[in-house]
Amino acid sequence: MMTGLLTVAAVAIAGCSSTSTTAGSNTGSPITGGAKTSAAAEVNCSSGTLNAEGSTAQTNAITQWINDYTKHCTGATINYNPTGSGAGIKNFTAGQVDFAGSDSALNPAKGEVAAAAQRCGGSPALDLPMVTGPIAVAFKLQGVDKLTLTPDLVAKIFTGKITSWDDPALKAANSGAHLPATKITVFFRSDSSGTTENFEKYLKAAAPADYTATPAKDSSQSGFVGQGKAKSQGVAQAIGSTQGGIGYVEYSFAVQDNLSVAAIDNGSGPVELSKNSASAAAAAATVVGTGNDLSLNLDYATKAPGAYPIILVTYEIACSTYTDPAVATRVKDFLAYAATGGQAALAGLGYAPLPASLQGKVLASINTIH
Amino acid sequence: MNATLGARRRAADRTATVLITGCFLLGLVPLVWLLYTVASKGWHMVVTSEWWLQSQRGVGFRDPGGGALHAIVGTAEQVALCAAISVPVGLLVGVYLVEYGRGTFARVTSFAVDVLTGIPSIVAALFVYAVAITTLGGQRAGWLVSLALVVLMLPVIVRSTEEMLRLVPDELREASYALGVPKWKTVVKVVVPTAFSGLVTGVLLGVARVAGETAPLLILVGYASGMNTDLFAGFQASLPGMINDQFVNLGSGGQAYGLDANGNRVPIHNFAPDRLWGAALTLIVIVLVLNLVARLAGRRART
Amino acid sequence: MAARVRVAAPEAAPAPDPAPVPPLRLTGSGTARADRLFAAVTRGAGGFVVVLVLLVAGFLAVKAAPALRVDRVNFLTSRTWDVAGHRFGIVDMLWATVTVSAVAMVIALPLAVGVALFITQYAPRRLARPVAHVVDLLAAIPSIVYGIWGILVLAPLLRPVQDALGSAHWIPLFGNEGYSTGTIFDGGVVLAVMILPIITAVARDVFERTPVAHLEAARALGATRWETIRLTVLPHGRSGIVSGAMLGLGRALGETVALYLILSKPPAGPFSPSLFAGGETFASKIASNAAEFSTPTQTGAYLAAGLVLFALTFVVNAVARWIARRGDAA
Repeated sequence: MMTGLLTVAAVAIAGCSSTSTTAGSNTGSPITGGAKTSAAAEVNCSSGTLNAEGSTAQTNAITQWINDYTKHCTGATINYNPTGSGAGIKNFTAGQVDFAGSDSALNPAKGEVAAAAQRCGGSPALDLPMVTGPIAVAFKLQGVDKLTLTPDLVAKIFTGKITSWDDPALKAANSGAHLPATKITVFFRSDSSGTTENFEKYLKAAAPADYTATPAKDSSQSGFVGQGKAKSQGVAQAIGSTQGGIGYVEYSFAVQDNLSVAAIDNGSGPVELSKNSASAAAAAATVVGTGNDLSLNLDYATKAPGAYPIILVTYEIACSTYTDPAVATRVKDFLAYAATGGQAALAGLGYAPLPASLQGKVLASINTIH
Repeated sequence: MNATLGARRRAADRTATVLITGCFLLGLVPLVWLLYTVASKGWHMVVTSEWWLQSQRGVGFRDPGGGALHAIVGTAEQVALCAAISVPVGLLVGVYLVEYGRGTFARVTSFAVDVLTGIPSIVAALFVYAVAITTLGGQRAGWLVSLALVVLMLPVIVRSTEEMLRLVPDELREASYALGVPKWKTVVKVVVPTAFSGLVTGVLLGVARVAGETAPLLILVGYASGMNTDLFAGFQASLPGMINDQFVNLGSGGQAYGLDANGNRVPIHNFAPDRLWGAALTLIVIVLVLNLVARLAGRRART
Repeated sequence: MAARVRVAAPEAAPAPDPAPVPPLRLTGSGTARADRLFAAVTRGAGGFVVVLVLLVAGFLAVKAAPALRVDRVNFLTSRTWDVAGHRFGIVDMLWATVTVSAVAMVIALPLAVGVALFITQYAPRRLARPVAHVVDLLAAIPSIVYGIWGILVLAPLLRPVQDALGSAHWIPLFGNEGYSTGTIFDGGVVLAVMILPIITAVARDVFERTPVAHLEAARALGATRWETIRLTVLPHGRSGIVSGAMLGLGRALGETVALYLILSKPPAGPFSPSLFAGGETFASKIASNAAEFSTPTQTGAYLAAGLVLFALTFVVNAVARWIARRGDAA
């Protein structure tokens, strides 16, 4: 009933697609948030319901966008279901949701590209990178809050070749720190997750000699030692309650539980995790999608100075042409907000905004949706 | 001789009393503890009026306010539809097994009910998904959750119906037959009303069994943070769905941190745990109230 | 509920075969038709349940078939679970499912019988009723809440128990695998808490229905309270205890969300029989990977696991019926 009322009330506004500016000047607007993004900073509202589903890694980002967008555009209702990238793609191609969130672009080898095109009435689906999510190597160790790890060390720790915090190789990389003789306890994700896959891709690209498993969302064949915990929240909680614990979680979860995060040295010096260092790594990615498709090839082994290399980029996957033009407008308006004004909200949530070079392309691609 | 035997028997009796009382106390500890945990962590959400009047639309885990109305409505609708299917069918099956069932088919039916009791909720949900969505090409919606819950609720209703009907003395049935009342009318007008309050208790046990189910929600309906009263279209919230949604940001109980615009860690208030425990407490309160209402109704029906 | 009257039917709690008095045929043909119709409708409802069970089983089997056909290892004897590589072996899941349920039963069964005896034989009626209702109410707590409570509150407090038992580490079941929380043992204890109300409810029901004549006979012979229980209540309630236990075991075997949150996933490596290691049950494994049911083979692999779980509960129920029937015959 509530939704009904809101929808009715908003139809009047929707007709003229109410527009307002949300640059730094318009401080009264709920969508400002000090947006300092380069691209056009105006929000087009379209009313009606959009359903989306997929990646859990982008949950807090897209939830924030939805909250800000629907506060501003009261006639719009957007639901996002964080059930995992695979479920998002499956339900998108089955026509169950209007767009999907995914930690990896549609995979032609799995037939996902063809299936998505069929769902979109023959037009190709677009992979739109929208959020950079840094993956933290978080740890808990008495008396140590700064730690530098190289890809080789990360791989050796997670595969059980290094088992104690006072291992000579760790000491060599951290000459200043006093590393105790505590046993290392590794935590990984027990549930299927894009975070696991991207972390494994990083190890495979940056430490090929020490990590040989095939990256996959399911950690069953990962070769990791230690214990698997359910969801990021479970991994973060386990690290926080275990002296000598280490694991990989999305940055926001390491922040939430106030865990120490290791700096990563990919070969050009240790890089601390921050929104800028994660954005720098995303900028090192190359676009491999054709046309308006912007699927990326991340350079996990990047030696670009100041780039934190363990990141995942999560996409929104949408049709380039929707059979229902009203849906197309809704998707376009919301994603355009996400790619512009919405990017400012990311840093506070532990994500990194899109690098400027990529943001322009994403917006241009979104504007072709019809 | 007699005295020692008596002492030994007395000792055995006392030991048994201590052991059984100990079992009782030990068994209650975790249950009371769990109830206390939920109540103490959730009560301050549940006592506010906005909790019962607002949804979570536009409310993030760091924003105060918002309520659980959308989830309460969703749970009420989904469980009501489930009960509307399970209760009549379950009652009929129970009546069949007690009043009519003899021979192989009755044994097979009774066994099937037992097997139904053992079907895990996630398997029930996958079954509905494969039939309604993969095969028939339907859209996910709240009513599919109701269907999956039917698989879980049905055996509870059947079993409690059986128990209650067996408690009805045969003298009543015989008296009715003696008056020339046909069997079906005896069942409908004499046996079922006699067992009525027990049957209501059984239905409530069934509701309690399904109202907190999470697994079917994960695959049969999306979670909507706003209100959706349409059981047959769109994403819909429910109380377990809301718990699952808030779990993502639960944290580990200590002070929660966030990042300011410069990327520095700052303490924040995380509302997810409050909402999670609040939703759990709401579910328990609703079942408790239903229980009390049904008990009162049952008492009135008897007098 | 008010009817505290003895029934003529045998007391094998959920077992059928009551012996209602045959109806007197004083009625005309019209009523006979109505009678037949009513009987047919109730029979039809019974048929619906049977068909439902067959449909679930059939659907699982059909959907599992493509995965089993491409399985490169022995489904029943391999420990490998590699979906991408088409290697589906269930041994580890079977072990975790059985052990976690066994731990739950070992703890819950004696406790439940004790609680039921206390409520029916010791507690004053005024106290017994409310307590029984509180116990019933616990069924309404969502299993996800049991899971969260189990891993955040209970598991850390079970650590000392685990360490104490772990001092007997020469017993393979108690070997130390370096887990602090999230072990099979933790999962089993939480499951025990979850199924305690279920077993208690059934046991309470049958204990309450011990024939009054038997109780009075025992007391007349000068039996103490314990002897009365031992000689009348327990023998009378045996089959009921069994069926209650099986009901609880059925819930334990299929419990999904609570175990998904509690149990740690063990790394690939040598098999550990220890209760103090992690594990994945059939249901928790399905829940962990529900997001990735994208291809028929992938989905089929998990549904095949679901089918084994279904078969397991089927066997448990069949055994329970057999025991219950033997108990009645004796």
